[in-house]
Amino acid sequence: MAAMNRKDLGEFLAKQGILVAFAVFMIAFTMANQKFISIDNVFSVVRSSAILGIMAVGVTFVVISGNLDLSVGSMMSFSTIVVLDLHDKVGPALAIPLMFLMTLCLGAFIGFLVGYLRLNSLIVTLGMLSAIHGLTLTYSGGQNMDIADKEGTWFSVFGQGTALGIPVPILMFLAVAAFLGLVLARTPFGRKVYAVGGNGTAATFSGIRRARTVFTCYLISSGCVATAGLIQASRSLGSQNTVGQGLELEVLAAVILGGASLLGGSGTIFKTVIGVLILGFIQNGLLLMGLQFYVQFVVTWIIIILAVWLDIAAKRGKLWSSIA
Amino acid sequence: MTDPVLRLENIVKTFPGVRALDGVSFSVMPGEVHALMGENGAGKSTLMKVLGGIHQPTEGAIYIGDDRVTMAGPLEAKAKGIVFIHQELSLAEELSVAENIYLGELPRKRFGRVDWATLTERTNAILGKLNVGFDARTRVGDLSIANQQMVEIARALTVDAKAVIFDEPTASLTDAEKVVLFDVIADLKAGGVGIIYISHRMEEIFRITDRISILRDGQYQGTVNTAETDEESVTQMMIGRQLDLSRNASHHQLGEVAIEVRGLSCGKLYTDISFDIRRGEVVGFYGLVGAGRTEIAETLFGLRRPSAGQILLGGVETQIHSPDEAIAHGISLVPEDRKGQGLVLGMNCRDNMTLPQVDRLASGPFVAEGEEIKIFDKYRDQLDIRTPGWRQKVGNLSGGNQQKIVIGKWLSMHPDVLIVDEPTRGIDVGSKSEIHKLLRELAAQGYAVMVISSEMPEVLHVSDRIIAMYSGRIIRTFRSEDVTEDSLIQAISGIGPGAQATEVA
Amino acid sequence: MQKSTVSKALKSGAIWGFILLELIFFSIAGEHLSLSDTAFMDGENMLLLLKQSAPIGIIAMGMTIVMVNGNIDLSVGATFAIAAIVLLDSMTWPIFAGLGDGVIPVAWLLALTVGTLLGALNGLIVWKTGVDAFIVTLGSMLGYRGIVFMFNGENPTSHLNWTLVDFAEAEFLGFATATWFLLGVTLVMWFVMARTVHGRNAYAIGDNREAAVNAGIRVGPHMMINFAIIGFLAALSAVVFYSEAGSVNPNDGQLYELWVITAVVLGGTKITGGAGNVIGTFGGVIAIQLLRKGLGHIGADTSTVNLAVGLILIAVLFLDKQLNLKGKEELKV
Repeated sequence: MAAMNRKDLGEFLAKQGILVAFAVFMIAFTMANQKFISIDNVFSVVRSSAILGIMAVGVTFVVISGNLDLSVGSMMSFSTIVVLDLHDKVGPALAIPLMFLMTLCLGAFIGFLVGYLRLNSLIVTLGMLSAIHGLTLTYSGGQNMDIADKEGTWFSVFGQGTALGIPVPILMFLAVAAFLGLVLARTPFGRKVYAVGGNGTAATFSGIRRARTVFTCYLISSGCVATAGLIQASRSLGSQNTVGQGLELEVLAAVILGGASLLGGSGTIFKTVIGVLILGFIQNGLLLMGLQFYVQFVVTWIIIILAVWLDIAAKRGKLWSSIA
Repeated sequence: MTDPVLRLENIVKTFPGVRALDGVSFSVMPGEVHALMGENGAGKSTLMKVLGGIHQPTEGAIYIGDDRVTMAGPLEAKAKGIVFIHQELSLAEELSVAENIYLGELPRKRFGRVDWATLTERTNAILGKLNVGFDARTRVGDLSIANQQMVEIARALTVDAKAVIFDEPTASLTDAEKVVLFDVIADLKAGGVGIIYISHRMEEIFRITDRISILRDGQYQGTVNTAETDEESVTQMMIGRQLDLSRNASHHQLGEVAIEVRGLSCGKLYTDISFDIRRGEVVGFYGLVGAGRTEIAETLFGLRRPSAGQILLGGVETQIHSPDEAIAHGISLVPEDRKGQGLVLGMNCRDNMTLPQVDRLASGPFVAEGEEIKIFDKYRDQLDIRTPGWRQKVGNLSGGNQQKIVIGKWLSMHPDVLIVDEPTRGIDVGSKSEIHKLLRELAAQGYAVMVISSEMPEVLHVSDRIIAMYSGRIIRTFRSEDVTEDSLIQAISGIGPGAQATEVA
Repeated sequence: MQKSTVSKALKSGAIWGFILLELIFFSIAGEHLSLSDTAFMDGENMLLLLKQSAPIGIIAMGMTIVMVNGNIDLSVGATFAIAAIVLLDSMTWPIFAGLGDGVIPVAWLLALTVGTLLGALNGLIVWKTGVDAFIVTLGSMLGYRGIVFMFNGENPTSHLNWTLVDFAEAEFLGFATATWFLLGVTLVMWFVMARTVHGRNAYAIGDNREAAVNAGIRVGPHMMINFAIIGFLAALSAVVFYSEAGSVNPNDGQLYELWVITAVVLGGTKITGGAGNVIGTFGGVIAIQLLRKGLGHIGADTSTVNLAVGLILIAVLFLDKQLNLKGKEELKV
């Protein structure tokens, strides 16, 4: 009987471990500091997680389809720089769609290489990380990009505005997550993403166009990056060329923390969002405790390893690997 | 009377919920070739894993000579003189032949250096015995499959082997290469080595083995002297009843021609293939592995590009470039490799079953899950799929139920032409006959069915016509009334019908 | 068979052909575009290039064995920074105050030990937990970087020891100290991978892990040793570089993993493991450095270098795919 309960508990933890961890974590921090759970603080955490979160939602599609995307960080820098530059040249109303178009082109290029040409996604996006960084520097001439009239533009609404008392970045994050969450969980396309990542050959044998599915995932990912870049640009109204540097790994960390397997075929948008929030709250909680920002690096390291380890340990039914 | 080199005594191996091996006892004498036979799932591979120390037996004992042994792993087994030649090649392609043969025990010099001179010398000595056309330095990836098999066999000769276990060694060998292999086995035998030979090929078993031990459902069925038995009684021991070689006798009303193929060729894979299948007809494709049957099916399903010839669907010439086009033209393929090609194992039963039509099952932008469950329920009942519910991951089902999910997936598409490739491979006897019955029923409902199989009873059972293939060509076409086992075996061995052509169609 | 031999010859020679192409291109383009008067192929310039290749190159040799082994290490940049801090900081520790210049070997030893241990820790986690090396080292890339910051916050750590600087700036037979280290490490790693049992086993494991396990090779400790090697080499790279530089920022070494992996892949190591060699990697390192320098020579800035390196990496992948293209009648999956 006890053994049975333990097994059930194990299964529950294996399936919902990320939620349990999140809850335990929130309670612990709240006990340490009452301010942690206040509306203001929660808003501030979610708002600062929005950029990372929107990118993580897009990358979740790519990861479930069995690929990687290491280029999102430098792509986000690109979007930010481009939209800031165009803002003063053609006005925000035209700058935003142009920036989306250009970012989607980058996504389409990667999608073409990985989906249709079947090149290894790790190397392709590694190369694109560097190439897009170079593109951004070429575009900006290596200069920081600033909007001339920071007071008089409505462009700041995406990063700084509020609606119904809720900061706009939060609303955008929730909207993107909800919309793409539905796409992934409920639409035929979403089903195909899981099939292609779970077993690409079987998906092909079922008449699914694998290349097109992978291509679309990268398109979605780049669309999310453009949205994130928009928020980033709007929040600061000026930017360095390297604003997104290193974000690709944080994004990946959040997706992995959410339980998506790098082998593809598993993961959900909801869990990715939880993964993003955990990272955000860790950062915030540690800061509230008076610790420096870099302590979160170490904590994130430990949490990622533990999360993935326990996940696969639950699947194989053994804590330690069987590698001799 | 000499003592056996290897003796198994009452080996029992249980896994949670399964008794995989139940009281297996037999012994291998020095200089004996001992066949181990049994259907898929009979426990042969579990027994080999116990012998190799990968699994520890739950009960029972293994003796080498007079010593009772327990082995912690394949390396220890090898050190004790038990060597495995695996069916799946277990080679590192980028490394040389010598490095592969001595993998894990490369000779060393000081500072951990490889002693290349010794390595090459030893390897060439072994390769000399095997009489092969490559040397120690050849990169394994550059060898043919058969020569890679030879490398695998060469591994057995590196130690003073007491017993060598061959697991389906001839699966990928040509006839000429088989002769070399049998010579090697004869040499080992002459040297007093005991050999366990696992194979499904009766002719080989009767050609080279001395005794045969048989497993069925994990249970030891006994050991017989090869000279004193015949195929039929061995088969009977394996499947627990007589081999049913009855032919299909009932023919359904035939409709118009659903699919016709004219002069289809695809590189070296197959040449000048012409046949047709009518509605209500089951056509069996029989031949050895590699005869080109699967490749024809894949071409019809848009997975390969033919180099010549035409495909006509309902009398209209059609180009099929991809599986989704094939599906749109009413062709379905139940592929050969269930786990690799047929199913997404991590997905649930329902989603797997409706995968090809997920685009069509939409309500608004979403997948109509209610519709999906209806489809799943319908085929679960019709095919008697045993699963706790549609949420079950397909990977957790038994082979037979998995296969039924794949068949259900394609039936639910209501195809005009249903192609099934090895529909009963690796599934239990009960499910087999259910699937055979189902294939006949489908024909009765007006499907045109193409069955590819390497099992003669299966082809005889379900087919209205049988097309025998050899080496990428159609050798003969039989009506089920005309076919005899002998003529069928001749045809798939490349021996044509001679002057009196009995081409029918 | 014929085709595979041709494609293999092409692949093994490709990186050197590419280097040759770069040299020709930059020499000719340099005539017309260069801002400086010296030729690109100038001896001084080439020697400098070798020296500048050292930090990435030394780590790349370790990455080669790790990737041939079927793993990857994303944490090398952070390990590099930690080792640098240990090197520079330890020379100021009061307990070593009495050693004089004798502190140098102690500091070196400390830095190398720390690097080796950090590498081994990655390996141990990969071995014992069974978590993919990509995830493990992605995590430690963050974690190790956090440790870097813990030393001195966001401030640089500096210590100039002139004896050390003299040693680092010394030249022997025309080659700078760093160059000698790069060549030495290349030679040693070539020896390890081509001539020792450990090296050959690395190929076997990366090529067919199951076969290696069946043959009784202990995969776990083997992988851990390789991670320790790359940790050691990341530290050695830092030791060589910072002996001269004398000051380390907490962000130093960032993106090194990308440069290193790019060099290794350009050099022909298979991303899935089992194939590759340090000579190819050496070529990859030189090729990248040539590109950086060459583009600088003809007046292009870093942006072009980034763009070019990224696109060349993808182009190499594409060519590799085309060379290994299956026949027309192959299964389209």
